[in-house]
Amino acid sequence: MAEAAILREGKAKKSFLDELREMVPAGNLSLCLTCGLCSSGCPATGLEDMDPRKFLRMLVLGMDEEVLKSDWPWMCTMCQRCVYVCPMKIDIPSMIFNIRASRPRDQRPKGIRNSCDVAVASDTCSAMGTPVEDFKFVVNDVLEEYRAAQPEFADMEAPIDKAGAEFFINQNSREPMTEPDEMVPLWKILHLAKVDWTYGSKAWAAENYCLFLADNESWETLVRKKAAMADELDCKTYLNTE
Amino acid sequence: MTFAVRAGLKKFNVAHNFETKNIYEYYGKWIREGRLKPNSDWNKDLKIKFTVQDPCQIVRKSFGDAIADEFRYAIKQCIGEENLVEMIPNKSNNYCCGGGGGFLQSGFREQRLAYGKIKDEQIKASGATYCIAGCHNCHAQIHELSHHYGGNYHVVHFWTILALSLGILGPNERTYLGDDLREVNVFHPETAL
Repeated sequence: MAEAAILREGKAKKSFLDELREMVPAGNLSLCLTCGLCSSGCPATGLEDMDPRKFLRMLVLGMDEEVLKSDWPWMCTMCQRCVYVCPMKIDIPSMIFNIRASRPRDQRPKGIRNSCDVAVASDTCSAMGTPVEDFKFVVNDVLEEYRAAQPEFADMEAPIDKAGAEFFINQNSREPMTEPDEMVPLWKILHLAKVDWTYGSKAWAAENYCLFLADNESWETLVRKKAAMADELDCKTYLNTE
Repeated sequence: MTFAVRAGLKKFNVAHNFETKNIYEYYGKWIREGRLKPNSDWNKDLKIKFTVQDPCQIVRKSFGDAIADEFRYAIKQCIGEENLVEMIPNKSNNYCCGGGGGFLQSGFREQRLAYGKIKDEQIKASGATYCIAGCHNCHAQIHELSHHYGGNYHVVHFWTILALSLGILGPNERTYLGDDLREVNVFHPETAL
């Protein structure tokens, strides 16, 4: 009787944890000491009645359905502080990324999805969909205005597509689109320091929401466009401004 | 965003002929090389206190404490060493502000503000009235935290403070400065709109 009671038919169904182990080989998922350092130092602890340790235990216990149903993976910012303090270096943020990715794309948060989609559809990779011509116009318009108003900077440049420049500088869309005067202090600093730099007419946008959407294909598309632009201009350094 | 490019190039094996860097390490370099000469005299009597948000993507996830230290070197040249007050913990051990990871775009506003409470309390505890935030997500989130929790501290990009200390910050480039800095060291005040 007792033997019959513990007999199982076939193999246990492969759990989400097994899939994660394959996706995140460096995740060290079985090494968790349950010490709770991750949770005690995580600002997302308590949101949605969840915390990083609980999240990991639920995965280990095979509570796949509950984990996949939770919105908590969208409230973890994947900031990696839990990995930084973990004695076993368990990579919880990579699990979060893969859990985000396992949700059907059309059910992921609309705001992030739209920002990703707009960026992928735009030559400039801008999440605000800024067209190439609009960017060129705004940059040159602001530049002219400041050259005239502040004669010490009459020679200042804001080059676009300058081949061979040392730095390929990216720019968050927020400045050219909503607060163009905010681009100016940086231009002046670069001018005074005699920095040889350029924007690209394409792929200048600094933001990348496809990473947050956990959409690998779109993330890759954006990275390839940005790398291609910097290489096309033969720049030595891709310089992030954020 | 620094991490998306660096991690993306590696993850997707994208062949490329450039190095990926963040401007945080260059501000200090250009100052050391004498190419930029910021002056902190404007803050000698004002003694306005600044704290600095270490963006997770730039510090912990990409370049570590070294870039955070280099960034502080540049900040101190601009505001005076005694006017930088640190959040605790900081650098690679810093708390995320809650603006990253898509949180600002995800629609979970109430949870995002709850997440940010710890950051708000850190800033208040530092006693600073200005927080330097280099990343746009940090900037937007901390700005909202300041209003939501009533701390009323200001959030600024570093380029604003560096340009102020170089004496080249015009009147229309001061969107994020408070009234206490609106009239300080103004470059071409006659161009005010």
